[in-house]
Amino acid sequence: MAPQNAHPNAELLEQSAIKGRSLWDDARARLLRNRAAVTSMIILGLLVLLAIVGPYIWPHNHATIYREAVWLPPTFENLHIFGTDAQGRDLFARVLIGLRMSLAVGVVATGVSLAIGVLWGATAGFVGGRLDQFMMRIVDILYSLPFIFFVIILMVVFGRNIILIFVAIGAVEWLTMARIVRGQTIALRGMEFVEAAHAAGVSRLSIIQRHIVPNVLGPVVVYATLTIPVVILAESFLSFLGLGVQEPLTSLGRLIAYGAQDMEVAWWTLIFPGATMMLTLFCFNFIGDGLRDAIDPKDR
Amino acid sequence: MFGYILRRLLVAIPTILIIITVAFFMMRAAPGSPFDLERPMPEEVRQNVLAHFGMNRPLHEQYFNYMRDLAQFDFGPSLKFRDKTVSQIIAEGFPVSATIGALSIALAIFLGSILGSIAALRQNKPTDFGVMGLAMVGITIPPFVMGPVLALTLGLYLGWLPTGGLDPRLGMTPDRLILPVVTLALPQIAIISRLMRASMIEVLRSNYIRTAHAKGLPSRVVITRHAMRAAILPLVSYLGPASAALVTGSIVIEQVFQLPGIGRQFVTAALQRDYTVVMGVVILYATLIITLNLLADLLYGVLNPKVRYE
Repeated sequence: MAPQNAHPNAELLEQSAIKGRSLWDDARARLLRNRAAVTSMIILGLLVLLAIVGPYIWPHNHATIYREAVWLPPTFENLHIFGTDAQGRDLFARVLIGLRMSLAVGVVATGVSLAIGVLWGATAGFVGGRLDQFMMRIVDILYSLPFIFFVIILMVVFGRNIILIFVAIGAVEWLTMARIVRGQTIALRGMEFVEAAHAAGVSRLSIIQRHIVPNVLGPVVVYATLTIPVVILAESFLSFLGLGVQEPLTSLGRLIAYGAQDMEVAWWTLIFPGATMMLTLFCFNFIGDGLRDAIDPKDR
Repeated sequence: MFGYILRRLLVAIPTILIIITVAFFMMRAAPGSPFDLERPMPEEVRQNVLAHFGMNRPLHEQYFNYMRDLAQFDFGPSLKFRDKTVSQIIAEGFPVSATIGALSIALAIFLGSILGSIAALRQNKPTDFGVMGLAMVGITIPPFVMGPVLALTLGLYLGWLPTGGLDPRLGMTPDRLILPVVTLALPQIAIISRLMRASMIEVLRSNYIRTAHAKGLPSRVVITRHAMRAAILPLVSYLGPASAALVTGSIVIEQVFQLPGIGRQFVTAALQRDYTVVMGVVILYATLIITLNLLADLLYGVLNPKVRYE
């Protein structure tokens, strides 16, 4: 340990002399140089804003039925810019609600998968030995299951409950996260800098804070970003089959299902929800890829 | 090798048993019953129907009866289609699903490996960016958007292909298969071409490729005979997950294109509480996926002498 009170402000002085750049600063700089990722972040920001605020300020409500305006093609008259659906509801308002639902599912279900996956993987990695073997064998087995069947059965069993959709999808998507976290934890446990910190007498908590968490965080953030689109897809898939959220609430998958039914008479009912969904998924994928390149440049 | 297969099978059997058990009790826990009609039936009739299917007994007894029948490969009768057994329903639907699935994966491997190789050979050039951009599109557009859009454009507007409906009487004519197969294959083509690109780039950097070039082999031979053959190896281990993805995708495809496959029957059966059909399909697909995973792993071991299963 350095002698104490050599200079009361030694540390501060040193910092002002050489402004250090942390790994995260580097990563941020790299991310901001990635044009696809930055564009995606801007578009996604707008989409999120639209999904949150849009339904409040848009003149049409997603559940209001305009009987005289069934299957109205997109028009600026009365501001039906995306047209109306088979029951005469404003499609733009419905897309906004659908987008809100899809984004909410994406975030919450990813949170669930994150919580399970990180806990599972970190425990297996830290404890090691037999428990690790056992826990990862379970993951291996679960990997090879036709999960979608169980989710479908779950939906049938418990009815179309939104909370349950969140949990069910999250509970399905945690496997890869668990593997990643376990691998990272094991790799870090044996790293020299962790041992060096031990030897220097740094407390366990500080090691976890300073070394383990930041190093595990990178891959976890990246993978979480890439899980969001997968989760959104899974929810849309269920909604498409009519097993997701219920009317008058809607999600992009449900809208696409209606659009697919009506596409012969009203192409806009398919194209607009479909395009919104694709745009959202694109953004998440580009951001995820950008984050991966920024945080873990050796994979580039 | 033999021990490895044996151990994998030893894990597979309890896995399938657990799947069957969980699916059985989950299905029974669902509200509603297969005999719910528009008009409620009189109580005596209902009791008779239940007794006919052995569903008036305690649940655990039903479970053991079911397992006993299953051990004799008897999946029981369908509860919704009066005169059909589950085996008959599966026998009708499975060929449709299997044909589409097999064609899709063949198409995906073929196109994916070629596209991935092209991208790798033109790394960081416009062709590469073009192919990888397309792959991104393929991964992002879900089949349930792609399917209707293709049906709308190629089928309805251009009139090139029939939009769907495999009429069992007409059989599975090639033109009716194109759209479903392509829709199902697209995401897989995208994923495989990305995998292939990555693995090809690595192979192209290796010494034996340089040697092959140095000894004067034409590039075409180096690429097809030396590079692609080695680069395709990692794809084999992707076949397991791919099969699971195809099963999931087929549920949507069959819905979109109105195909009389097994995925559509599964969703209908689940919604109608046709317990036995649901169970039959779950068992079939669980077995299928586990088997395909094992086969993919074994194939990988056969193709790659560096891998030894003990």
